[in-house]
Amino acid sequence: MTASLAALLVLILSAVLLAALMVTAGVFTWAERRILGFMQERLGPNRVGPFGFLQWVADTVKLITKEDAPPAGADRPAYLLAPVLAALPILAGFGVVAFAPGWTIADLDMGVMFVMGMLALTVYALVLGAWASRNRYATLGGLRAAAQLLAYESFLGLSLMGVVLIAGSFNLGEIVAAQEGGRWFVLVQPLGCALFLIAGVAAAHRLPFDLQESEQDLVAGFMTEYSGMNFALFFLGEYLAVLLVASLAVTLFFGGWHGPLLPGPVWFGLKVAAIAFVFVWIRATLPRPRYDQLIGFAWKVALPLALVNLLVTGWIVVGGAA
Amino acid sequence: MKGLLKSLWEVGSKLWEPKYTAGYPEVKPDLPPRYRARIVLTRDPDGGERCVACNLCAVACPVDCIDVVKAETEDGRWYPETFRINFARCIFCGYCEEACPTAAIQLTPDFELADYARPGLVYEKEDLLIAGEGKVAGYRYWDVAGKAIAGKDKGAARAEAAPVDLKDLTP
Repeated sequence: MTASLAALLVLILSAVLLAALMVTAGVFTWAERRILGFMQERLGPNRVGPFGFLQWVADTVKLITKEDAPPAGADRPAYLLAPVLAALPILAGFGVVAFAPGWTIADLDMGVMFVMGMLALTVYALVLGAWASRNRYATLGGLRAAAQLLAYESFLGLSLMGVVLIAGSFNLGEIVAAQEGGRWFVLVQPLGCALFLIAGVAAAHRLPFDLQESEQDLVAGFMTEYSGMNFALFFLGEYLAVLLVASLAVTLFFGGWHGPLLPGPVWFGLKVAAIAFVFVWIRATLPRPRYDQLIGFAWKVALPLALVNLLVTGWIVVGGAA
Repeated sequence: MKGLLKSLWEVGSKLWEPKYTAGYPEVKPDLPPRYRARIVLTRDPDGGERCVACNLCAVACPVDCIDVVKAETEDGRWYPETFRINFARCIFCGYCEEACPTAAIQLTPDFELADYARPGLVYEKEDLLIAGEGKVAGYRYWDVAGKAIAGKDKGAARAEAAPVDLKDLTP
């Protein structure tokens, strides 16, 4: 009886979290467009609602009512499955994020690994969508997505192993708890933090590492043929991935919910917003590197640096314990 | 690396710089008086129509958007019975204004002509006529024209010489 009640509670909480995440992703699209506009000395969307705040509602309504037109010769089941795969793993990844002490849907012991796995799963959506579209540009985008995944995943996981070593846990809540009193891990792991954020930009498929989308040379890459709600799901996945990477960065490196005066969830939200702002800022500034440049950087520079970081951290942690 | 940080700073500092976006529906643009937009028919200082239905504007129009039907008063003055401009066709080139011998047809800086239906863009004479004289003040065609009308004989116009009697040889 109590077990089923607890299950029901988790279900309700999950539904609330899902709804909140959808709204947050929508608001984030509006915020991004406004910030990009301001950085380009224009105003951005300011027509719908106060300050254009309801622009994302209008966009959503537009996308839902649009026709969904799979191209002739497309692999329909795969074509329809791909956008779902883009959004679902990211939403699942939020299940282990600790928003405040005890504010976790699923308090997994291997939370970090779970989120890493969910982030990596999105590449299936890109490759599947690219393949199912039966479009040359889409296929090129899918190929790039696969190669880029191998490149950034190589150091994404390694860059945050230093944090796991110091905290002694894969549980996101325990990692945050280990940073109490302003001992943020970014102070002891600056290199790991920088590498993680670089890999995070690539993992969220954002400029400057959105080579699989790359509209200047690939039309829209893997989602060239997508329209309507399927297109919106890909976008939802991308924006949620930014928020997930930001949440992970806050949890691992910037002290999670810890902060003076304000309650924990507020601090968490503020920090995530700050990191998301940096993502937008980077998008507004940096040009997209060439394809081989990103792969070369990942394998030849970032991976050795992550390994050295892990080695030195492990040496200090084990040496300190001995 | 230094270049990346400098770019980030330069782009980020644009956040608080003034924006170039014109807040159009709320903030109206400041257009010069010779801006070419909505076409009007002006009146002379007495309030009479300036247009003499000469059709020169319709001939000059490169897109054939002007349609004039001539009528005549009892004392011999021409006037347009109907004067129609199709603004769906008009390209606002201003040739009609240049062709007009009586300064009747003029272009104004009012550019807000949008409509939901095409028929709404066809303006009739009563839509085009305005109360004032437009850009040319104090001009009245019949004061300077050589044509005789009621109350003004040949040679009575401003700066017009008296008519020459061709049958008479004396200078």
